[in-house]
Amino acid sequence: MEKEQFYYDNKIVKMFLWATILWGVVGMLVGLLVALLFVFPGLLEFAGADNAISWLSFGRLRPLHTNAVIFAFVGNGIFLGVYYSTQRLLKARMFNDVLSRIHFWGWQAIIVAAAITLPLGLTSSKEYAELEWPIDIAVVLIWVVFGINLIGTILKRRQRHIYVAIWFYIATLVTIAVLYIFNNLEMPVTAFKSYSVYSGVQDALVQWWYGHNAVAFFLTTPILGLMYYFVPKVANRPVYSYRLSIIHFWTLIFLYIWAGPHHLLYTALPEWAQNLGTVFSIMLIFPSWGGMINGLLTLRGAWDKVRENPVLKFFVVAITGYGMATFEGPMLSFKNLNAIGHYTDWIVGHVHIGALAWNGFMIAGIVYWLAEKLWKTELYSRKLANTHFWLGTLGILFYAIPLYVAGFTQAFMWKQFNPDGTLVYGNFLETVTQVLPMYAMRAIGGTLYLTGFILLAINVIKTAKAGSAVEDELAEAAALKKISGKRVAGEGFHTWLERKTVLFTILTTVAILIGGLVEIVPLILVKSNIPTIESVKPYTPLELEGRDIYIREGCNNCHSQMIRPFRSEVERYGEYSKAGEFVYDFPFLWGSRRTGPDVHRIGGKYNDNWHFNHMLDPRSTSPGSIMPRYSWLIKNDLNASDVEKKMEGLVGLGVPYSEEEIAGAKQQLLAQAKQIEENLRQDPEFVKNYGSSNMQNKEIVALIAYLQRLGTDIKAGQTALK
Amino acid sequence: MEVVYITIGVSIIVAVFFFIVFLKAVKSGQYEDTYTPSIRMLFDDELVKDKKKLPNNKFNN
Repeated sequence: MEKEQFYYDNKIVKMFLWATILWGVVGMLVGLLVALLFVFPGLLEFAGADNAISWLSFGRLRPLHTNAVIFAFVGNGIFLGVYYSTQRLLKARMFNDVLSRIHFWGWQAIIVAAAITLPLGLTSSKEYAELEWPIDIAVVLIWVVFGINLIGTILKRRQRHIYVAIWFYIATLVTIAVLYIFNNLEMPVTAFKSYSVYSGVQDALVQWWYGHNAVAFFLTTPILGLMYYFVPKVANRPVYSYRLSIIHFWTLIFLYIWAGPHHLLYTALPEWAQNLGTVFSIMLIFPSWGGMINGLLTLRGAWDKVRENPVLKFFVVAITGYGMATFEGPMLSFKNLNAIGHYTDWIVGHVHIGALAWNGFMIAGIVYWLAEKLWKTELYSRKLANTHFWLGTLGILFYAIPLYVAGFTQAFMWKQFNPDGTLVYGNFLETVTQVLPMYAMRAIGGTLYLTGFILLAINVIKTAKAGSAVEDELAEAAALKKISGKRVAGEGFHTWLERKTVLFTILTTVAILIGGLVEIVPLILVKSNIPTIESVKPYTPLELEGRDIYIREGCNNCHSQMIRPFRSEVERYGEYSKAGEFVYDFPFLWGSRRTGPDVHRIGGKYNDNWHFNHMLDPRSTSPGSIMPRYSWLIKNDLNASDVEKKMEGLVGLGVPYSEEEIAGAKQQLLAQAKQIEENLRQDPEFVKNYGSSNMQNKEIVALIAYLQRLGTDIKAGQTALK
Repeated sequence: MEVVYITIGVSIIVAVFFFIVFLKAVKSGQYEDTYTPSIRMLFDDELVKDKKKLPNNKFNN
């Protein structure tokens, strides 16, 4: 067979490598910043306590951190590894250089857009899908470019057999596309504001179907593909069991797609959906641990290399982290353990084992190894890489262990009763101040990890300077002999299937879609899943505006709106949350973490003045609170110019606003705002300090209106029944 | 609203089809060669013009 000569595109790999390092530093820096805000809530009040800076508040920075780390750091790290390994596994240059460049620059532009819009409060509030609709569309377009480039390369490959790593890339490509589109179906109302097309329970299910699979198919499957390429390459020995890798792949993609509802155990999600999620989550331990064992055993007989080679050290800790996280995941899906772990810092510790160890260390190892490959030289300093390894490992431990302690402390304090049946820690704040030392240790862990990563940056920059880059690397391979699409005599079925890339992609898509459709479609379309509660009414125009402020400020990052049917929660917060209460919640705002208390039944619990003072200075009403100040809410005028548009948009989604209600929206809004100002003026302190200001026009009034409405509809219904 | 019956119906049909395909795959011995690919990927096909001029790669010892 005649051999062909061709060039691998190393330039694009290098571009993604630099982007990975840059966004890694940025994402981790923001992470450290938000970790410090737990310990020093006033850290970023540069302009004085009464002039808090809105775009530096926790609720807006937290989504910036998660998006930067997941999509910017790990995202670029995935593309880095995919672009390098795909070309070599398929013995072909990437399908199209222009597409590669569009993919790279498009992805960076999206990251920059996210870094601007998220601090501005332009968010859809759905976790890891916070970006507003124009950016969502850009993400889909760039993802399609990536898809064409990947599939195109597969089609023009010179290696008939498709190595297991490529399958993982294909599964990532297809599944993320499907999930991202489904979860981001939105009704745009203005250029940067939209409402999720699903509400309440349905929105929650779609969100966590996506949210869990963002973990599964963005932070796991592509990294597993990278593991199956880079671990054997670096160790220079074949994967422990290629057969196991095939089983790993198929079982993983079949099981992962069903696991999402374990994020919603004990919530208002129907019981059958919760149990479905639990069962599949527990089964997931088998493929996950199969993969972990396969990765670690690849190093059998090569452990002496691990001692010598920092890259393998990173890989070993990374794969071990994968094993730990995928052990914890199924455990946390058991309902009785979930009852303890949910809403606590245990979950934050759990995801950071995945992020810092599995994702961060895999990528660090790959970056070090590729630095030598790309610049054709030795690494600037192996010692520095070893230092990074130890700083990073210590950082992970210092991060995770305190948060596990914090998580259990919170759970047990929340649930502890006195003999007379009252809560031991009736004041939620006690459970916050108790774990502040743990938050301080977590920040130390983060500092260690970030310091290690900065050493990586220095090391790679120095290596690049010393070496000489080969932009286009010459390679040689025989062209693929045309063979019939049918199975060749003696060819196994899977071998044949692997040759049929397009067919394979379609089958993978189908496998994934089945999981998604069967789980979600009935809930969306069969209304009987949600017992309707007659007293639940749509939000008033002012409350709607207030709710949008709640979303803008990211309140749901720290406050849940979902009281689980436990004695301890009913005692603390009030009646447990019912599915029917959320039918007009576009999007749902259940939250996933209780840094502060649940707010679903906060309506009517305090008077308007309490909320006013609390927003202005949380410490004044709740000494020791770590909530940020929201002083801009009493300065900013409420912009309600789009309220009719918003209501019309919601009508399109099924909210029963009448035409008269929409026409009179502004009037009604003003009337309700006036009433709240009147309530506020009952307090002489308020009159003394703010008597001259026209508070009814300010944003705070809308937020108070929304908070006072929260969870009250059901009470109105109960009073009516009496 | 009726779309639900179509989508679920189609999903189940495809699921059954996919399951049969998988079973057949196992029975027909699709895992015949589950060794060569793992070895093949270890070989680089880059053409190095003068091997002596390049330093040894540290991590490929």
